[in-house]
Amino acid sequence: MAPYGAAAAGVSAGTLIENTAVASYDDGAGPRTINSNTVTVRVDELLDVTLTSLDPGPVPASPGEAVLSFELTNQGNGPEAFRLIANPAVAGNDFDVAVTAIAIDRNGNGIYDAGVDEILAAPQVTATLATDAVLTLFVLVTVPAGVVDSDTSAVELVAEAVTGTGAPGTVFAGAGVDGGDAITGTTEARAMARGNLLAGLTSVALTKAVSLRDPFGGTGALPGSIASFTITATVSGSGSVADLVVTDAIPEGTTYAPGSLKLDGTPLTDAADADAGRGSDAEGIRVALGSVTGGTVHAITFDVAID
Amino acid sequence: MKTFAKLAVSLAALTLAPMPVLAQQAASPVSLAGDVKAVKIVTAADGSERTELVEPGTIVPGDRLIFGTDYANNGSAAVTNFNVTNPLPSAVRLAPDADPALTVSVDGGKRWGKLAELQVSAPDGTLRAATHEDVTHVRWVLASIAPGEKGRLTYPAIIR
Repeated sequence: MAPYGAAAAGVSAGTLIENTAVASYDDGAGPRTINSNTVTVRVDELLDVTLTSLDPGPVPASPGEAVLSFELTNQGNGPEAFRLIANPAVAGNDFDVAVTAIAIDRNGNGIYDAGVDEILAAPQVTATLATDAVLTLFVLVTVPAGVVDSDTSAVELVAEAVTGTGAPGTVFAGAGVDGGDAITGTTEARAMARGNLLAGLTSVALTKAVSLRDPFGGTGALPGSIASFTITATVSGSGSVADLVVTDAIPEGTTYAPGSLKLDGTPLTDAADADAGRGSDAEGIRVALGSVTGGTVHAITFDVAID
Repeated sequence: MKTFAKLAVSLAALTLAPMPVLAQQAASPVSLAGDVKAVKIVTAADGSERTELVEPGTIVPGDRLIFGTDYANNGSAAVTNFNVTNPLPSAVRLAPDADPALTVSVDGGKRWGKLAELQVSAPDGTLRAATHEDVTHVRWVLASIAPGEKGRLTYPAIIR
């Protein structure tokens, strides 16, 4: 029903509120009708903004690039642009990053796409946003070399209405829509959000061991002996590694024992199919471990026969 | 100091509309003068708060306005069936503390009653009790106004 109910910020700045009363009465000569004068007031521009971090938790960081995501909403009732200031030197940081840029999620996919999303030139100011408009922002940072595993860092992003900020009720005369006033709302026309980084330095160590079994029950390397290889992948640190793939070639002078590939004791088929592994004499073995968190150990075993 | 510009009082309706009528009919014995005030909460030095009616300065959604109409019978005879209707500007809603006895309409002026007696139909056809948000018009009815009698009619509204 309410024609203005949809906008969170209420009636748009610049809306004219016009009120006229109509009276009818009988003065003895019959019914008459008169109008009052019309009084008009113009709705002024309310300046309000909110900013929140879109990261579900601390962003894993290692020396190099990292991206923090934020969402800015124009909570005011008029079009407004917002100045953005990123501060990487926050009290309590174990390390400070360097802010390289602030970008706008131009294609709206929520992920920073280099070369696609718009890098804001300094001073960083958004385009004019309509009331209730929501903008996804990325703060691109460089994590310094020498960070220690599990160290944390916060980056503060501040958004300020270009028209002005101040305690609720601060008026900027004539600075609103259609020459009306602008006035700060409860947010003081300013918002701050914090993005967090967690240094996750993760390393992968591979060790390979072999045990031999000859046809006579001993451990000699003779034709017909079976060599069992065990590759141990140890992932350490507080972060995780993505797309970890372990491959190994079949040694010269040996033949892969079909069906011998196992991951943590569980057999994997030799074919390139849905399971994590594949094995063949020509191409060796390959096991895709995917994303592996620090503190995890995987054992890959396979057998070869000595020719 | 911007209030003068903001309070664009349209006198055109008053001065022009009665012109053709004047030839046949005497000027209206009844005058109607509308105004609007903003309600501001003023905090005193001791921290106590009081409300004050002021000229609307900077107004934004959520602010409270009082629309007033002063009437007067300037003629020499009583007028009867005095009936003042005020459509609510669409950008405001009737304030929740409006007089419950006020006669209102929630359907553009077709049916009238106290708010508590009125219903509106939801999009699915069911009826629900009308709320202050639904009010489209307010109305005051006075049986008669004596010569020289004057008064003021007001309703409180909140900017949507």
